[in-house]
Amino acid sequence: MQMHSLSFDVSHTLAGGLVLISFMMLYQDRLYSLLNVFALHALVLALSVAWQAFVQDAPHLYITATIALVFKAIIIPVALHRIVKQLGIHRDIESAVGIGPTMLAGMALVALSMVLMLRVTAEADPLAREDLAFALSVVLLGLLVMVTRRNAVSQVVGFMSLENGLVLAATGAKGMPLVVEISVAFSILIAFIVIGIFLFRIRERFDSVDVSALDDYRGERR
Amino acid sequence: MNVLSFDPVAAVLIIPIGSAALLAILPGYRLTARLNVVASLATFLSSLSLFVIARPPPGPYVLVDDLNIVFIVLNTFVGFTTSIFSASYIAHELETGRLTPVYLRFYHAMYQTMMFGMNLAFVSNNIGLMWVAVEIATLTTVLMVGIYRSHAALEAAWKYFILGSVGIAFALFGTILVYMAARPVVGEGQDGMIWTLLIRHAANFDPALLNVAFIFLLLGYGTKVGLAPLHAWLPDAHAEGPTPISAVLSGLLLNVALYALLRFKILLAANPAAIAPGPLMVTMGLVSLVFAAFMLYRRRDIKRLFAYSSIEHMGIIVFAFGMGGPLANFAGLLHMVMHSLTKSAIFYAVGHISQIKGTQRISGIRGLTVTHPALGWCLVTGVVAIAGVPPLGIFMSEFLVVSSTFARQPLLAIVLVFGLLLAFGALTLRLTSVAFGEPRGSTKSAEASYVPMFAHLSLVLIAGIYLPAPLVTWFQHVARLLG
Repeated sequence: MQMHSLSFDVSHTLAGGLVLISFMMLYQDRLYSLLNVFALHALVLALSVAWQAFVQDAPHLYITATIALVFKAIIIPVALHRIVKQLGIHRDIESAVGIGPTMLAGMALVALSMVLMLRVTAEADPLAREDLAFALSVVLLGLLVMVTRRNAVSQVVGFMSLENGLVLAATGAKGMPLVVEISVAFSILIAFIVIGIFLFRIRERFDSVDVSALDDYRGERR
Repeated sequence: MNVLSFDPVAAVLIIPIGSAALLAILPGYRLTARLNVVASLATFLSSLSLFVIARPPPGPYVLVDDLNIVFIVLNTFVGFTTSIFSASYIAHELETGRLTPVYLRFYHAMYQTMMFGMNLAFVSNNIGLMWVAVEIATLTTVLMVGIYRSHAALEAAWKYFILGSVGIAFALFGTILVYMAARPVVGEGQDGMIWTLLIRHAANFDPALLNVAFIFLLLGYGTKVGLAPLHAWLPDAHAEGPTPISAVLSGLLLNVALYALLRFKILLAANPAAIAPGPLMVTMGLVSLVFAAFMLYRRRDIKRLFAYSSIEHMGIIVFAFGMGGPLANFAGLLHMVMHSLTKSAIFYAVGHISQIKGTQRISGIRGLTVTHPALGWCLVTGVVAIAGVPPLGIFMSEFLVVSSTFARQPLLAIVLVFGLLLAFGALTLRLTSVAFGEPRGSTKSAEASYVPMFAHLSLVLIAGIYLPAPLVTWFQHVARLLG
């Protein structure tokens, strides 16, 4: 019993920590600090996944944890740091919405996911249901980061934090197959699509990664 | 298993992915374009052999049943005809310098990878694998939409990528929830994701969890289907990418997402305590139809026009499947096939036309039937078909949708007919200005490939006049499967 409640508390704390860090992302107004917060997010995810691997006695999840740690907490933030530096865009992030409304919206989303998930999973085991509720919160907050930022780099960071929420949900669902494959697929996706192609192309054409520069042009009005 | 025995399921997967690897390393435009056509033909022929060769029993990853054979054959057929069109289209793009040989190699490899992703999504029996396959297909199209690297193409690809990722995320979350619902009943691990096992035990799943899962799946895969209000990526992606990609996007990729949605709809329908998926799909379908019909009037770009028309038709199809019942499902299935054939034929014509005229603006294209009779009349036939004029195939499927709805929900049918007439008006308006009147723009002769267009349009015409009895029986059977 003691062991069970400890394992419950630890995973609860880690998942709750992810939600908290997602909130911290909402009010970062500089790219460097946003990247640092994201690295922290990935680190906590790695810890959480490793804890799930230990509790569920599922060694393959350690692979997912290692991917989260090495790839998302170290390689991607460092690479994005360099890109931001090279492009000289480490000035303020231009948010589409102010911090106040964003935080309020974030709280509403977390409340929504708690009410929704805790209500529908009443029959599931408590560890999984709390995990799922937190995971949905992280997903929705990641979505919020994506829609409130106009800069391509911060949109990608939002997407990655959203994906962290999905990994949290997948590892929380005990015995779910293909978790490792999915996390590998996501990492490849991020590595190739985002950094390799889009940023390269966007920079090549406009010397800017500000997506609003793209918004000026619409096929309808040419 | 005998090494020499022919396995059609493996063939429809291995041929595309193998040729993708080959196309990525081979140089030379003529060779790769031909190889692309040959590979697509081989895939199509192997998919046809699914009809004759005994099907493999449903395994942990692969499932072949009466439902997905329809999708696979349609998919590989349109993939094959598009590869023929693509060969002549891309030759012109190389001449004008819009594409460089390196990008062309990339383009062909991506084309086959996309075919692989779509076929994998259709044959997968594992909902996790299906999700991965849909994502492969989507991401390759993102890359191809951005291939011209122009301002507009990049914006379109970025928008597609961002909205597509949101769809990805929601669909995966929904898939995880389905697994959570299945776990207590089916058991942990692999089994909880195998569709044939899920459907057998669906009645005992926790209905509340299944409901939430379906909402996420509807939003996630619905983004890919292009349902309003999640359609924002679709017109841009269609307008800015190469036209062969517009043709496969409209004709095939939307169907892949629709197929995923249908699988989960069947799952939900098997649980009596869960919400009925029908009304949600009916609402989204009708909203898409009416919204897209209004949007058709304001389009200035010819590819965008037909992109909105795709939203409209996906709306009709989702509406029909949402209504459910043997007749509406039959109509939905038929409409899906007819729409794929007609819309890709239209895009073939539009692709050649916009290359000749050097513009996609509707105001820059006039009098096509005078200057380019073959292309012009193909476009006229295609648009007349898509607008739902008898005796072509789309008229018949739309008629079935409308009449089955009138019999059950007259009020919904009125909205449906309103949307259809609205779209009809917009399309005729644009068609008359593009096809008839004083010719405008370049009148140089077309080096078009007419075979794919003629093949699609004659199939649509034949289907409108006479549907062979075995096909009808098959579709009726599938319609009953869909519930």
